[in-house]
Amino acid sequence: MSDIPLQAVLSQVMLGLNNGAFYALLSLGLAVIYGMLEVVNFAHGALYMMGAFGALIGLEYLEAWTGIPGLRLTFWWALLLVPLVVGAFGVLVEALLLRRIARLEPIYGLLLTFGLALILEGVFANGFSAAGEPYNGKPEALEGVVNLGFMFFPRYRLFSMLVAVLSCVAVWWVIERTRLGAQLRAGTENPAVTSAFGINVPRLRSLTYFLGAALAGLAGVVAAPIYSVGPHMGAELIIVVFAVVVIGGMGSILGAVMTGLALGVLEGLVKVVYPPMANTVVFVIMALVLLWRPAGLFGREA
Amino acid sequence: MRESALVTAAASNAAAMPLLQVRDLHAWYGESHVLHGIRFEVPEGQLISLLGRNGSGRSTTLRAILGLVGRRQGSARIHGVETIALPTHRIARLGVGWCPEERAIFSSLSVEENLHLPPRLAEGGMPLDELYTLFPQLAERRRSQGTRLSGGEQQMLALARILRTGARLLLLDEITEGLAPVIVERIEATLQLLKSRAYTIVLAEQNLGVASRLADHIALIEHGQVVEAFAASELPARRADVEARLGV
Ligand SMILES: Nc1ncnc2c1ncn2[C@@H]1O[C@H](COP(=O)(O)OP(=O)(O)OP(=O)(O)O)[C@@H](O)[C@H]1O
Ligand SMILES: [Mg+2]
Repeated sequence: MSDIPLQAVLSQVMLGLNNGAFYALLSLGLAVIYGMLEVVNFAHGALYMMGAFGALIGLEYLEAWTGIPGLRLTFWWALLLVPLVVGAFGVLVEALLLRRIARLEPIYGLLLTFGLALILEGVFANGFSAAGEPYNGKPEALEGVVNLGFMFFPRYRLFSMLVAVLSCVAVWWVIERTRLGAQLRAGTENPAVTSAFGINVPRLRSLTYFLGAALAGLAGVVAAPIYSVGPHMGAELIIVVFAVVVIGGMGSILGAVMTGLALGVLEGLVKVVYPPMANTVVFVIMALVLLWRPAGLFGREA
Repeated sequence: MRESALVTAAASNAAAMPLLQVRDLHAWYGESHVLHGIRFEVPEGQLISLLGRNGSGRSTTLRAILGLVGRRQGSARIHGVETIALPTHRIARLGVGWCPEERAIFSSLSVEENLHLPPRLAEGGMPLDELYTLFPQLAERRRSQGTRLSGGEQQMLALARILRTGARLLLLDEITEGLAPVIVERIEATLQLLKSRAYTIVLAEQNLGVASRLADHIALIEHGQVVEAFAASELPARRADVEARLGV
């Protein structure tokens, strides 16, 4: 290890932390949806992709499509509105599709959302370049680099980490510390008793799917200026995110966030030490964790 | 909101109307037909005890009133409002509190969170202080995880959390089952207090002693039907018959 410069290690750690922030944001949404609805949401990557396309379409295509001159969604507006749109789409999916199979085995939810992901990818692949398009709407305030003391780091990447961490904290707070969160947890644990208290459990389920989908959409918007926006961007990422959720423990909010960040860093480190392993290390760890603790690091053993 | 308007409208002729009126109630779990036309009613402020053997359908009757069975048919009116087509949460908002047989304390919530979980249904719920005075054990353990409590404490919590909401119709399922005698006494005293405050109570109960001390009315249930219904004052005279039917 001594021949590897510290500088390289630190910069890979920072980039890894940045990737980890995206893993955390996405696996958080997955964990919320799984924990509350017991749906393994394979469409999560597609929702993330929709978020990124939401930003791109708002910036580049909205004016042409609507014919309204000057109608453009700047990055900041996209950051605010696109998660709401993706969340609303999630609510529709829950109300029109998932609700019908809620009483069946979880495998049906998995297959349904997997099919949905393929359809969404197909629709976007049909309308846009499969190779991806750059998003040119990065706000000026977030251009340039910041001196972290030990390295110069792109200001936008720092911002994306901040958004991810703040969102994770906010979601954790809502679920663990508010009355609404207590109702969500109760509705998961015992829907019959919760509804017998006068709580509208179906509406809580919609709200949960909204939250999970909106988080994916938010991650998509934030990712747009960093990664190119293409129909398959979600499918590539989601495999890793699933590994993160499995390692952290399905349904564990804290587990999803911590594991996401940690694995991002680990990937970064492996990239310095032994680059060929970087893309597989997550899956090796997943296999080991499954052997050692099948419920995941933060999951409750059954 | 609509329910409360109906409640007010119904209140005008409340004198004549039982608070809970169940008629020809049928219920199914999947394909199995469990209730076969249950019929009983409870005037406001009174306590009816549903007696019956294991599997006779007492718990199912309470669940069916709340719409928590696979399918139900017939009529269940609360404050005169027909509830048969309402979803569970709307029925509950008519002012119904339920203690399920399995108590269903939420393991992911603390004692205090369990108490705060049910939304307020009406004015006049018991304040937290009063509940803690009534059940001092709960006050001591307010930060504990719900499922760390003993059976008796869980039962007190299950009762306390519906008293906080202002529910005036209580559906209580085997609330003394499996508890130590001192705790049974404690719960009995609490039910006496609730009766003195004119709560309306449906009690599914195995313990004939508890039922005879608390009930105003008795309904005997067999195979999902009410086979006998009478005033509790007749219980001593009918005791032998009732015991034979219950197999005690
Ligand atoms: N979830 C369910 N699915 C299918 N059948 C059920 C279900 N719950 C109860 N039953 C059946 O319905 C019948 C009535 O059960 P219920 O729980 O209402 O009886 P009970 O009078 O409360 O008796 P106890 O509480 O002593 O068991 C029983 O035959 C029982 O096996
Ligand atoms: Mg029962």
